Amino acid sequence: MYKILLREDLVPSIHLFKIEAPAVASKAQAGQFVIVRVDEKGERIPLTIADWDREEGSITIVVMAVGATTRKLAQLEAGDYIPTFAGPLGLPTHIEKFGTVVCVGGGFAVATIVPIARALKEAGNKVISIMGARNKDLLFWEDRLGSVSDSLIVTTDDGSYARKGVVTEPLKELLESNEKIDRVIAIGPTVMMKFCSLTTQPFGVKTIVSLNPIMVDGTGMCGCCRVEVGGETKFTCVDGPDFDGHQVDWDLLFARQRIYLDEEKRSLEMWEQLSKSGSEK
Amino acid sequence: MPKLDLNRISMPKQEPLVRAKNFNEVALGYTAEMALAEASRCILCPKRACVDGCPVEVDIPEFIDAVRQGNMRDAVRILKSKNSLPGICGRVCPQETQCEETCSLAKKGAPIAIGRLERYVADWELAQGEMEKPEIAKPTGRRIAVVGSGPAGLTAAADLAKLGHEVTIFEALHIAGGVLMYGIPEFRMPKHIVQTEVDYVRSLGVEVRLDSVVGKTFTVDDLLGNGYNAVFLGIGAGAPMFLNIPGENLNGIYSANEFLTRTNLMKAYLFPEYDTPIKAGRRVAVIGAGNVAMDGARCSLRLGAEEVYIVYRRSEAEMPARLEEKENAKEEGIIFKLLTNPKQFFGNDQGWVTGMECYQMELGEPDDSGRRRPIVKPGSEFTIDVDTVVVALGTTPNPLVSKTTKDLEVTRRGTVVADEETGKTTKPGVWAGGDIVTGAATVISAMGAGKRAAASIDETLRG
Ligand SMILES: Cc1cc2nc3c(=O)[nH]c(=O)nc-3n(C[C@H](O)[C@H](O)[C@H](O)COP(=O)(O)OP(=O)(O)OC[C@H]3O[C@@H](n4cnc5c(N)ncnc54)[C@H](O)[C@@H]3O)c2cc1C
Ligand SMILES: Cc1cc2nc3c(=O)[nH]c(=O)nc-3n(C[C@H](O)[C@H](O)[C@H](O)COP(=O)(O)OP(=O)(O)OC[C@H]3O[C@@H](n4cnc5c(N)ncnc54)[C@H](O)[C@@H]3O)c2cc1C
Ligand code: SF4
Ligand code: FES
Repeated sequence: MYKILLREDLVPSIHLFKIEAPAVASKAQAGQFVIVRVDEKGERIPLTIADWDREEGSITIVVMAVGATTRKLAQLEAGDYIPTFAGPLGLPTHIEKFGTVVCVGGGFAVATIVPIARALKEAGNKVISIMGARNKDLLFWEDRLGSVSDSLIVTTDDGSYARKGVVTEPLKELLESNEKIDRVIAIGPTVMMKFCSLTTQPFGVKTIVSLNPIMVDGTGMCGCCRVEVGGETKFTCVDGPDFDGHQVDWDLLFARQRIYLDEEKRSLEMWEQLSKSGSEK
Repeated sequence: MPKLDLNRISMPKQEPLVRAKNFNEVALGYTAEMALAEASRCILCPKRACVDGCPVEVDIPEFIDAVRQGNMRDAVRILKSKNSLPGICGRVCPQETQCEETCSLAKKGAPIAIGRLERYVADWELAQGEMEKPEIAKPTGRRIAVVGSGPAGLTAAADLAKLGHEVTIFEALHIAGGVLMYGIPEFRMPKHIVQTEVDYVRSLGVEVRLDSVVGKTFTVDDLLGNGYNAVFLGIGAGAPMFLNIPGENLNGIYSANEFLTRTNLMKAYLFPEYDTPIKAGRRVAVIGAGNVAMDGARCSLRLGAEEVYIVYRRSEAEMPARLEEKENAKEEGIIFKLLTNPKQFFGNDQGWVTGMECYQMELGEPDDSGRRRPIVKPGSEFTIDVDTVVVALGTTPNPLVSKTTKDLEVTRRGTVVADEETGKTTKPGVWAGGDIVTGAATVISAMGAGKRAAASIDETLRG
């Protein structure tokens, strides 16, 4: 069992948890993930490592409540325990001195991009970060990402804060500017990663994305997480999750993410009913 | 000489059409009368031909005699002195090619049903509630890390603990048991039995650390550097093989590992009570013909499929599945499409598989495996409509450990090189056994390897 040391609501639907997991913390690197199960009948789901503290022996995850498992997690408090927390899984993000790197984070993945930006900066890169959200109320960690970037651009879809628009617009402007961009790292919803890749492709700038297919074991045992990159089948959990965005078969990824739409809906409805009847008691 | 009794007592089973709709155990086990009748057929031959066929040399005639005498405690003790996991072996070992093949009565077509008696003894002990604990040698002060909690790891851990060593099992998944938990279905290997046997190993003082992916959470060198005097690798051959033909990543196409893990480990057959879903469609094709394929096919039926095919490129004679499982599958209505090999998959515009184009095959000259080689019949392509496919071609070793362990030699197939007698690898302090060394094999051969390695580790550490 793994103890929740801290819980914080970053925005109403995005929650931060600090979990006691010394073995994972001693090995964690930027870009890796953990597999979590929230209760004994629960599904195994992957969540990115957003931060770690080797001395305290803790891992920080940032979770967006979307379906049954993430909502169950969102109900837990500091002092509660979760039964499964395995990691660090996947390959760490490749970090070296590239020159100038643009880091793009969308939605909950702003949390994921922070340790990557930090590592890139420590490696001597100039880091320009772009973060986006649908509206002002969904923005978090502007300060944290800002503190590990040389400059930061913030967008909201509806213009309720900072620049109105989506992240690909400032990304395109940067590529068109005089600044030589050596690499782009884009992490967020699949659509966002796809469009960032399409944006950078004409400029020939290497673009790394962190893919998020459905997983089970997270150790290369089942093949559920297979994606196609450059025409080859890859297992995201062991060969990734980072891949070259220009080579990814995005349609396949979209299709495979939808395999259990009906079941996910059913689970969520059941969970909502249960939690309603629970709160009435 | 008394007359030979050739009336082998059959095992009561759930009716095929009933069991094809539930996940309860198919074979129901002997009653006391049946066990006594079967045990009484044994002629206790001094040659002990059956023991020669047993990879862990269980004292078969002796335990059978104890059953016959009604000394069940003795039967348990005799059995468990050689085999820590009798409830498992009695259910899934291929006795027909082991002890029951060498049994003197096999020539007469009626070998003693050793596996069924073994299961009977194990189930008897379980029903008593209290498990008898063997004597444990005094602590040696040596610590051993066992990686993987399948039959190889559990056996090695149990033997080492009995010898007085301090043993920790590191298991990647959230439940111990290996393939017994995630692969073999409930209706063949009830999970409470596996967990009872895991608990027995724990009761010997073995600590089981779950969620510990060696190669990620710890490396083998971390373990050796952190106070472990030896490491035993029993990590199985867990990586799935695919056909590598067009369309294989369509929705609805699963590896057998994924299909069985969702169903068995994650209990998708109890969705939505359990959270993990599975899609078993109406028409399911399972590619392959080993035990894994039979399990995939029989799970599909139980998950509600209407028509389930086993698609195999050779003929029935070459099928590697246990005879009993093949027969069970047939009785339940699984359709065997033999001499058939997939060429490609077709899908709809939503990315779901809808069909599978296959070649008709014929058998040519024997190949390296001694079996007749399947050859494509030119122009024989035809299409089968399917909405789910389970690819059960076998598994290969997962490279997570070998890639992160220097000085550990692996073969071209990815299996770890280890001495057959001792399990010693090329890396000092590291032993290996089970599927990670042999490639996908059997529960009992993995247990045998775990035993031999435990003996060698003990000898080395005391030496
Ligand atoms: C490598 C990786 C890292 C991730 N990191 C984060 C993170 O840091 N924070 C975060 O909030 N989310 C992250 N996700 C996504 C997260 O795993 C899913 O949101 C979660 O599984 C949804 O589960 P659910 O039961 O709440 O929702 P469901 O209703 O089951 O599903 C909602 C969506 O999540 C996807 N999903 C469902 N089950 C799984 C599964 N077992 N594995 C992967 N995806 C699934 C589905 O495609 C669906 O679109 C990551 C995914 C991957 C693959
Ligand atoms: C569906 C199916 C049906 C079968 N039916 C039969 C049958 O009827 N009869 C029979 O005799 N045999 C059968 N077999 C074969 C048999 O199950 C295997 O040969 C046997 O389980 C091998 O034992 P093992 O201990 O070597 O490995 P496994 O049982 O594979 O156990 C390995 C364990 O190691 C863990 N592990 C792997 N990598 C790591 C890591 N890096 N760190 C930590 N832990 C790790 C795994 O999670 C797993 O728990 C079947 C196999 C399958 C898949
Ligand atoms: S070979 Fe057969 S008959 Fe002889 S002792 Fe063994 S089980 Fe009994
Ligand atoms: S999640 Fe099972 S292989 Fe990647």
